[in-house]
Amino acid sequence: MAEISIRNVAKTYGKTKIMDGVNLEIRNGEFVVILGPSGCGKSTLLRLIAGLEEITGGEIAIAGQVVNQLEPRERGCAMVFQNYALYPHMTVAENIGYALKVAGVAKAERLARVEATAKSVGLSDFLDRKPGQLSGGQRQRVAMARAIIREPKVFLFDEPLSNLDAKLRVQMRHEIRRIHNQIKATSVFVTHDQHEGMTLADRLVIMNKGTIEQIGTPEEIYEHPASLYVAGFVGSPAMNILPGTVAGDGRSVLMADGQAVAIPAGFKAEAGQLVQVGLRPERLTLLPAGQGGLQAAFQFYEELGSARVYHLMIEDIPVCVVLDEKLTLTEGQRMGIGFAQAALHVFDGASGRSLTRPSASRKVEEMA
Amino acid sequence: MIERTPLLNIATHIILIFGLVIILVPIWLAFVGATLTLQEVNSAPVEFWPGDQLLVNLREAWALSDFGQKFLNTLIVATGVVIGKITLACITAFALVFFNFRGRMLIFWMIFITLMLPLEVRIVPTYAVAANALTPFQTIMDWTGISWLINAVSGIEVALEWNLLNSYTGLILPLVATATGTFLYRQFFLTIPDELVEAARMDGAGPLRFLWDVLIPLSKTNIAALATIMFVYAWNQYLWPLLVVTDRANYGMVVVQLSDLVPDALTTGGGTPTWHLAMAATLVVMLPPIAIVILMQRWFVRGLINTDK
Repeated sequence: MAEISIRNVAKTYGKTKIMDGVNLEIRNGEFVVILGPSGCGKSTLLRLIAGLEEITGGEIAIAGQVVNQLEPRERGCAMVFQNYALYPHMTVAENIGYALKVAGVAKAERLARVEATAKSVGLSDFLDRKPGQLSGGQRQRVAMARAIIREPKVFLFDEPLSNLDAKLRVQMRHEIRRIHNQIKATSVFVTHDQHEGMTLADRLVIMNKGTIEQIGTPEEIYEHPASLYVAGFVGSPAMNILPGTVAGDGRSVLMADGQAVAIPAGFKAEAGQLVQVGLRPERLTLLPAGQGGLQAAFQFYEELGSARVYHLMIEDIPVCVVLDEKLTLTEGQRMGIGFAQAALHVFDGASGRSLTRPSASRKVEEMA
Repeated sequence: MIERTPLLNIATHIILIFGLVIILVPIWLAFVGATLTLQEVNSAPVEFWPGDQLLVNLREAWALSDFGQKFLNTLIVATGVVIGKITLACITAFALVFFNFRGRMLIFWMIFITLMLPLEVRIVPTYAVAANALTPFQTIMDWTGISWLINAVSGIEVALEWNLLNSYTGLILPLVATATGTFLYRQFFLTIPDELVEAARMDGAGPLRFLWDVLIPLSKTNIAALATIMFVYAWNQYLWPLLVVTDRANYGMVVVQLSDLVPDALTTGGGTPTWHLAMAATLVVMLPPIAIVILMQRWFVRGLINTDK
């Protein structure tokens, strides 16, 4: 059990800067998910924690001890890899027990622990098989068991579910959460899948181009995205983004087609400032033409079974609305879009930072 | 592209059979020769069907050449070459692939270049070194003046000498010091996924542990392939043993001995050439490499085509 402090960490490969000034405090026993598109540096950050890569600047501490110079084996981390990285010539039991064998644990104790661990992930019947004879999900379990058996202070997951099919992925997601609740080790999970991130995390870390965009609980990230980037990355379907300019009175935003959207009071915006208005599709309703905050033309819908995604156009800007009701609409039909003031996000047009987020200083507090 | 038409099938079979005949006829003739008497083997036209003298000829050839000792010698040398080669190739490739050190590529290319210098090309310097394996050190000491210094200080004349002529070491070492196996291993090691290396690091295994527990078990087929190739290569050595061994009774190798049975003006002294004995000995000498190839075949092919994942 340990907390992880990442202070001002930088990483460069030759002259290429991968990561710069990353700060992150992970609490003891917390499940943190690092979320971002491929190439944003999230895997690199994980590998820096693991010690598989050397950091170029700053420091990383695990349980209060600075580990910059320590070998991976001395850091007390266990890692689950994307392609499982099982030893193909060893049986499941040998794979799970290899770390103990290296550590010189006596054979009798080792076998007992292997069996106990295998049982906890449902692999008892497969101990004599080779990895090649297992399915993807079973291999994933072996990889998990191999990490669990070492009773590490820190669990690191490098996109462990991305090679599984959709159904198995959900199942393994639950499994990982269950195991975490059981052993309560500090866990860092890297993924590009927002569903995995939202469902697994105690706290989410959104990364972009080697820097951290936002840190917060999944709810905070969803309800109060700190930037346009976070808003677009989290949520499905993605948040509707409508460009506009702040009107002269500073109380509304003018769209390109002349419609005005009233915006909540109490945020800093100057008349004429270019902004982006964000609206979550789930927070919108469809109303008869003329009602609601915005007017749009219906295009088509996608059936999700439990709900429908209605696609509309405001001039040439697409907007989608998720509703449970099954409406009968014709293409081109004018509709009103209704929403609450609180559902409105306004982002600065130039920097993309949120202007409506309740306390923009929260992020700073969290990092301190 | 695989074509499947009856006409092409017939054509390919004809080509294959033709090739097979070209390869097998000489072997068959050797076998037939080994079963004939001295008169029959020298009569014209060439006899094409075996006679009944095989065992007699085998016994005579064996006794004449003292093959017992020669087989033992060759077996020791071939085994030594196989073990030395595999060990050297494995650790060299390990260093080249898994460690990032200064001059890695330079060393790799230097090893690569030795492929262009087979033993036959560098046989004279190699002989010089074998005659006194410490010559290079002696030269270095002479050049740098160390031997002069030692002489001046202690009065001892430095003359290092380690003679490898007429020894198993001398037979084995020059055959081991080539680059062939290093490449096979390097290519195989390059196919090992990085994640596997990292998983081993996370599990706490150091480099040697990783080599022993993961790489060597995974490269079993490569070992088999290399062992087969090197065994046959060492078994068939002629030039080097001929040069380095003068004490033929104790350190002679089979192929050199076999060449002595091949009749020429020197051995028969103008008498009737004893081809039946030469052929009988050939059959015997051929057997161990054939046995090894048959034994290792399954592994060996897999190791070379590298699909055993």
